Amino acid sequence: MKPIEIAKGIYDVGVNDWNIRDFHGYSTYKGTSYNCFLIVDEKIALIDTVKAEFADQMLDNIARIVDPRKIDVVVSNHTEMDHSGSLPRVMHRIGEEKPIYCSKMGAKNLSKHFRQKLNFHPVGKDEELHLGSRTLSFMETRMVHWPDSMFTYLKEDRILFSSDGFGQHYAGYEKFDDQVGDEIWYHAKKYFANILLLYAPLIRKLIATVKESGLAIDMICPDHGVIWRKDPGAIIDAYDRWARQETEAKAVVVYDTMWHSTEMMAEAIAAGIAEEGVAVKPIHIRSSHRSDIMTEVQDAAAVVVGSPTLNNQLFPTVADILTYMKGLKPLGRIGAAFGSYGWSGEAVKLIMTELEAMKFDLIEPGMKVQYVPDSENLDACFAYGRQIGEAIKARRE
Amino acid sequence: MDKYVCTVCGYIYDPELGDPDSGVEPGTKWEDVPDDYECPICGAGKDDFEKES
Repeated sequence: MKPIEIAKGIYDVGVNDWNIRDFHGYSTYKGTSYNCFLIVDEKIALIDTVKAEFADQMLDNIARIVDPRKIDVVVSNHTEMDHSGSLPRVMHRIGEEKPIYCSKMGAKNLSKHFRQKLNFHPVGKDEELHLGSRTLSFMETRMVHWPDSMFTYLKEDRILFSSDGFGQHYAGYEKFDDQVGDEIWYHAKKYFANILLLYAPLIRKLIATVKESGLAIDMICPDHGVIWRKDPGAIIDAYDRWARQETEAKAVVVYDTMWHSTEMMAEAIAAGIAEEGVAVKPIHIRSSHRSDIMTEVQDAAAVVVGSPTLNNQLFPTVADILTYMKGLKPLGRIGAAFGSYGWSGEAVKLIMTELEAMKFDLIEPGMKVQYVPDSENLDACFAYGRQIGEAIKARRE
Repeated sequence: MDKYVCTVCGYIYDPELGDPDSGVEPGTKWEDVPDDYECPICGAGKDDFEKES
């Protein structure tokens, strides 16, 4: 990728990672990008870097604009290595004495990633960095989504450099939302559901703070995916909605199956939910990725989980998705459980225990069928589905 | 002695253990932890802690 001038004198010098499909356990079918930004003024600033293996590409991008050694200051908004991995290379190239502006936790955490002596400059609350005709200020965004996370704001151009916030895993030569179209929203939602959902209360506070401060934003530049310039307010509003955990009249039926019995139950339950006029998706866990399942959970009012009993336990893939979901803290959902079993049949109870730990409203006792469901069993599953659909509708009234 | 949870990152301050790395001796009640205490994990201030329920 060549550098892209996103505003006068401001360049995206990041890179596309076209081939990554598994980003620490998150499926990235469209690859991703590591964005970083060069501001050329009287002083030259670089905001964030890229994953270590892309350092040469990034330095080449920078060199097409200025000699990298002329960079005066680096801003590190986030310690995670997809944004800091090239920091040692960059500092070696531009001079290790040059300051790295970061949050206080950034200085602490970066020094636990990179052992050489670097000149960290933890930013003060109201500190400004004057580049000449431009001014940068900094906003700590602790635990959105790491302790070190912060935003950098460029006052004169009204640009918010938002680190991982508002990002999407999406590689492309189109660098702006208006060049990509609505497709990008799925990736933005997926990012929120899989990376940020558990910090929803902090995000609500953060959005309230940003709105109260009256910060004028013409452009939001995240460190992944496209830049929001068409209507930056739209992605902020979407974050507000997602952080409120607003749901739709929708259920997901997430299950795994060994001899198709739990699958038959899943489809009968889903049909029952649909009968109530509620949107529903049966999702077979081993045919899907956990990060796509979480994206569906993001706006689902009910999460219905099915598992066969294997060796007196949950089926392992069901335990996987439940563990993952619990950590991401979806709140206020309706929960239900089902499963086929041969002799002991612990799985349904184990699912209910997990859903209860997530503080879901349970539709008990769940649905168990020994061995292969017959018509009567499937009718009971259908009825259970209708009960779930009714519960979703009752909530929305 | 009550434990206190950092609402930002989930760190739990246990008065029996204190937080010696931050200069808080074991056995220090939350009330006696200095006002400028910061969460050792995420750096949040004392105000960001809540009593563990």
